[in-house]
Amino acid sequence: MPENINSILIKNARIIDPKNQLDEQANLYIQNKKISAIGDAPKNFKADQTIDASKLWLIPGIVDICARLREPGLEQKADIETETRAAASAGITTICIPPDTDPVIDEPAVVELILRKAKQAKQSYVYTLGALTAGLKGEHLSEMASLKQAGCVGVSNTRYPINNPLILRRAFEYASTYNITVFIEAQDQYLSEDGCAHEGAIASRLGLNSIPYAAETAPIAQVLELIRDTDIRVHFGRLSCTRSIELINEAKASGLKVTADVAAHQLHLTDMDISSFNSQYHVIPPLRSQRDMEALRRGVAEGTISSICSDHQPHEPDAKLAPFPATEPGISGIETLLPLTLKLVENNSLPLNTAIASITCNPAKVLGLNTGHLAIGQTANLCLIDPEKEWLLNADDMLSHGKNTPFSGWHFKGKVVQTMIEGNIVFSL
Amino acid sequence: MVNKPTRQTDNIIGKDLWNIQLDEHGQLKHFLTIEGLGTHILNQILDTAESFAGVNDSVKKVPLLRGKTIVNLFFEASTRTRTTFELAAKRLSADVLNMNISTSATSKGETLLDTLRNLEAMQTDMFVVRHADSGTAHFIANHVAPHIRVLNAGDGRHSHPTQAMLDMFTIRRNKGADFGKLRVAIVGDIMHSRVARSQIHALNTLNTGEVRVVGPKTLIPKDIESMGVSVFHNLEDGIKDADVVIMLRLQRERMQGALLPSEQEYFQLYGLTEERFKLARPDAIVMHPGPINRGVEIESSVADGERSVILNQVTYGIAVRMAVMSMTLGGNISSSNTNPENQEKK
Repeated sequence: MPENINSILIKNARIIDPKNQLDEQANLYIQNKKISAIGDAPKNFKADQTIDASKLWLIPGIVDICARLREPGLEQKADIETETRAAASAGITTICIPPDTDPVIDEPAVVELILRKAKQAKQSYVYTLGALTAGLKGEHLSEMASLKQAGCVGVSNTRYPINNPLILRRAFEYASTYNITVFIEAQDQYLSEDGCAHEGAIASRLGLNSIPYAAETAPIAQVLELIRDTDIRVHFGRLSCTRSIELINEAKASGLKVTADVAAHQLHLTDMDISSFNSQYHVIPPLRSQRDMEALRRGVAEGTISSICSDHQPHEPDAKLAPFPATEPGISGIETLLPLTLKLVENNSLPLNTAIASITCNPAKVLGLNTGHLAIGQTANLCLIDPEKEWLLNADDMLSHGKNTPFSGWHFKGKVVQTMIEGNIVFSL
Repeated sequence: MVNKPTRQTDNIIGKDLWNIQLDEHGQLKHFLTIEGLGTHILNQILDTAESFAGVNDSVKKVPLLRGKTIVNLFFEASTRTRTTFELAAKRLSADVLNMNISTSATSKGETLLDTLRNLEAMQTDMFVVRHADSGTAHFIANHVAPHIRVLNAGDGRHSHPTQAMLDMFTIRRNKGADFGKLRVAIVGDIMHSRVARSQIHALNTLNTGEVRVVGPKTLIPKDIESMGVSVFHNLEDGIKDADVVIMLRLQRERMQGALLPSEQEYFQLYGLTEERFKLARPDAIVMHPGPINRGVEIESSVADGERSVILNQVTYGIAVRMAVMSMTLGGNISSSNTNPENQEKK
């Protein structure tokens, strides 16, 4: 992008900024990478560039609370460069990646490597979670304070087990000493052993090893009991069960500082979808019942689940070319986060304002980042959407290196036409 | 209600489970699962098997599949099933290639697809596949060259359709073709049994009066009622007035995963003894897909008793497999081809 463009006028956009309770047709002015005014022009403003957005929505750059970019360690699947480019095309300007890279993000050098690569790619901001335990092995605490200093916005053991509850309790205490949020992906390794499908009629019929609700709800209940009467901040990621939402609600009511997110695909798919052994639907946690899917939608609408994430897991084709149980779980979801979220609005499952909040200011708040909104003085990270544009997703056209998506062939309404980071256009349709 | 848009592109990995088994004329193309096949197809298999049953007795060959090459592709150890497939193929005059591929070999780098491509290149016509993962037969059928036919010889816990059909054949020979008046009880480890799942589909497709499954809660899959069975946890209740009692094999490894405490307690609760078998109808038959664990799931005197049809099952297995092979690979089978007068001497 030419660097000599200092002032940009985005004209007549419908500006939707849930955090600042803004939803109006107005001009937005950018000067020196920052939002300098909304509505009336600042004094002596002269636009180097004017974007006519009279039929477009302008929303804050999207914040994705969980995406795996596969670098370092699994570059045959994808890398930071390819995936941040895909993110930019999908309106995402901030990505948080979990620590289960290879090497694990359990020391500052790995954080620095990732941040440097992301900076070189210049496509979106990348933040990392650090490991909660060294090597994610569940035995020794990681150097959380150093990881925080290096830039980690939280810590997590992802799905790796911590079998000793005393170690888990101490990890919580230690993290809270340094005001670090702990991110939990709840799944008991024994209860979910070898499982690849939701425990129910479909898995029973297909003869697939199944994962019961308790694999998710039992560890959530354990964590909630361990953090009772503390001010530890815990975020539960990728919920899949109705009962999990109830547990989080009860915890919130009792004053615990807990938040939660859900993967976008969990709001659209159910275990019925695996009936033909299509490995594109193989995800962890598994697709559950219709009742759960509806409860998850309500959880987002009612605010128990504050954020929707992509749970992006790009794969090389071979990872999905095997009998269902032998395939790797996960969806390349970074390019469908916004489309699937907007589809909930189209379906009347979610008000537009809540939908946008769940992918902008809400996840930003969980990550402790001052982004995902459009206040004056904010860095100009934003996204322009044509809300009327109808399109068909074709997996082969996705920019992500991973083409593994069950949504190929789905119709969507609303498409990103431009993404801006620090006032620079990083994607344009 | 999920507002799911129509999908315009059909993903190769997930073509529809039921359609893939049939060709454009509704004829059997692959035999992967009983589920989704109509009553007429199952009856066609049974009728065709009936015409082959005589071939077995006289130990002669029919030239139906001469020049065809059938690969027994077994990723899981099996002697009996593989042998009956081999015999069936040979009695149809096909060439048979036995491949026993341990799963560890494929995990060394060659993927399942690599293995398939190699075998396809050898100008083969049919894969008979057994694999430990549920869904393998479907995966293979979705990816083989169009001229190749796939028979499922057991995939994980999912399906074992030829076993189920030979069981139906056995029931039909003993109880007649009207399944509607029959009460069938399947006893034991339903959870891990592909045989049970296929039997349930087959029995229900043939309109069986009542299908029961019997076992402790640890061995009954969740929501199995949705497959059209009633669930019993007590053997006496479960086999009461049954016309057919099917005992499943209990694997030793079930003791390790805390599914059962011991073989002794299992036999005490679910072992079919002569005394208990009296609860079934007086003319009831007992079946078992084998191999039998004597004294674990069934008492020897019942297994060897006059109402046991266990050995018949093995015999019929060949006829049923010949039927499925000829239907999927042989195209139209005119009666002249199976007429003993036209059979070539061995």
